[in-house]
Amino acid sequence: MRALLSSRWTTLGLLCLVIAALPLVFPSGYYYRVAALVWISAIAAVGLNIFMGYAGQVSLGHAGFFGIGAYAVAIGPARFGLNSWLCIFLGVFLSAALAWLVGRPILRLRGHYLAIATLGLGFLIALVLANEARWTGGPDGTAVPRLTIAGARLMEPVTWYWISGGLLTLGTALALNLENSAVGRALRALHDSEIAAALAGIDVARHKLRAFVIAAVYASLAGSALALFDGFITPDAAGFLRSIELVAMVVVGGIGSTAGSIVGAGLLVTLPQILAVFVEYEQIALGLIIMVVMIFLRRGIVPSARRLIVRRAP
Amino acid sequence: MKTPIRLVSLLAAAFVAVTASGGHAVAQDIKIGTVLSATGPASFLGSPEEKTLRLYVDKINAAGGVLGKKIALVVYDDGADPTKARTFATRLIEVDKVTAMVGGTTTGTSLAMAPIFEDAHIPFISLAGAVEIIEPVRKYVFKTPQTDRMACEKIFGDLKARKLTKIGMISGTDAFGKSMHDQCLKIAGKYGISILADESYGAQDSDMTPQLTNIKNKPGIQAVVNPGFGQGPAIVTRNYRQLGITVPLYESHGVASKSYIKLAGPAAEGVRLPADALLVAEQLPKNDPQRAVDVAYKQTYEKATGEPVSTFGGHAYDGLFILVNAMKRARSTDPAKVRDEIEKTKHFIGTDGIFNMSPTDHLGLNLAAFRMLEIRNGDWKLLQAAR
Repeated sequence: MRALLSSRWTTLGLLCLVIAALPLVFPSGYYYRVAALVWISAIAAVGLNIFMGYAGQVSLGHAGFFGIGAYAVAIGPARFGLNSWLCIFLGVFLSAALAWLVGRPILRLRGHYLAIATLGLGFLIALVLANEARWTGGPDGTAVPRLTIAGARLMEPVTWYWISGGLLTLGTALALNLENSAVGRALRALHDSEIAAALAGIDVARHKLRAFVIAAVYASLAGSALALFDGFITPDAAGFLRSIELVAMVVVGGIGSTAGSIVGAGLLVTLPQILAVFVEYEQIALGLIIMVVMIFLRRGIVPSARRLIVRRAP
Repeated sequence: MKTPIRLVSLLAAAFVAVTASGGHAVAQDIKIGTVLSATGPASFLGSPEEKTLRLYVDKINAAGGVLGKKIALVVYDDGADPTKARTFATRLIEVDKVTAMVGGTTTGTSLAMAPIFEDAHIPFISLAGAVEIIEPVRKYVFKTPQTDRMACEKIFGDLKARKLTKIGMISGTDAFGKSMHDQCLKIAGKYGISILADESYGAQDSDMTPQLTNIKNKPGIQAVVNPGFGQGPAIVTRNYRQLGITVPLYESHGVASKSYIKLAGPAAEGVRLPADALLVAEQLPKNDPQRAVDVAYKQTYEKATGEPVSTFGGHAYDGLFILVNAMKRARSTDPAKVRDEIEKTKHFIGTDGIFNMSPTDHLGLNLAAFRMLEIRNGDWKLLQAAR
């Protein structure tokens, strides 16, 4: 039981099962849309979890990379006539380059200082997106040209359900693979104690930087996916609230658990939709549910649940 | 690992169950959807809109409804997030199956939702400002608030009447300020206005003295225009007087609320701005066609909510009644027929002005919809139309 629960194949298998099975109960495109939004958020959350959960660092500006990915596919094709597919990779490259450049100095900081530095980075990216209206369309946002495959424009929620689901599966597989690799073990070592990790011969700065760059790449991909799916993007996508939302997904689901990040994303994206029926009480109910989860499932949903099952299992 | 999957399936089941039930509307009701930013950064716009819609839908239903049916209002709150707005728009169309939509508080959310309604052939009356919503014309998308271009035109018209042609501009970099600034630049030439200084400030800035000093030091400036929103214009106004600048100051319709006068204090004396007739409902001449509508809406809203009336709620009032009247004329709730009738809206007297829509104009207001106000003794004063 214990072995089954901790196997990465279990997480991956369950994810594939859920993605494949959900369409059986979906009556309309709206449900595909919400599910696709869950997968897209989950991609960013799984990436952020590598930085927060594996390496134990804090990023409060992660939506900045999400925004770079989103605006890469908005600006590239519309202003420079570049191919949308190419722009996805340009966004990834830009995000990775920025994470690498900025990460080198700021990842020397620890704890609150690192949190503040990443917070500042996020704000800066959002500010540039809002103010450079000539390129970005300003605070009102800009339209994003649709992605095309062999002449067909990809815009149906069902199509994006499968695209984002596939991307998430791939991202999850890579993240789980990383967790059990030498790099993953090194990251967890520096999570527990940077000094001990350094003494064991781990290049702390390099590993932190690597995790930061990987997390930025995930966020950028998710941002591109959202922008292409929606066909419209505003600088809010890179905003502070979006950053906090991503952190909340990782923490509520269970920090350090890839499955947890996906569950956290699912919860934070679908809850507002479920609660929308009670318009007046929506915010209260949302806050209450998250508080209850954090009080009673302190390690996050997935790790807490796993402990419960292991304890009960014979 | 079993619990998370159970949780996921439970969540999915609850989600399908709750959303599929689609509120408490009876099948025969006419469903009107609305997606508003009732919470979040734009709540000061979205909240009066929501209250107005609920208030007047109840009133219409109490008076017997429309076409013998009751209206069921389906309200969703997007928190000013365009992605959420899009999701709720999809939900209104596919799950709630609404006849039409009156909503979209911000330009961002409206532009995000417009293609969805356009594709689904469901009429969408937006409550947001920017001209991009209706230009180029989308068949199923309309809006009720005056555009920021019209605000510029009104200001420039007034400047021209006062023979002031050389101006300085100081604009907020928020969505509102930016959009209006760009529109002003576009049309300045048409009015023979030359913009000698063009400064900007961030929405959260607490001192605009440097930018205003630049304007002050430019020789020949005869007036200053300040497109902006929220607290920024109040600070501009205070700094303006502190620096002893004496040329006339024009604000935009973005400050058309009492809180601006309160924040700017005595510095606001003599400031001019284009605004809805609603703000000066009681000052309108007896023969003004808008007077009756504005006074009635103002009194109804203030009595029901205990809050001072705002022009934003007025946009929602206009949108709702343009829709209801169109349904009555069409004698149908078929979205395509209702759309055709919305487009034929003629001489509808709303709080924003008198609407005359056409296939090329999905707003239908002219410059008469804006009144030029001046702040005197801490209150709005309606200026006689400058001709």
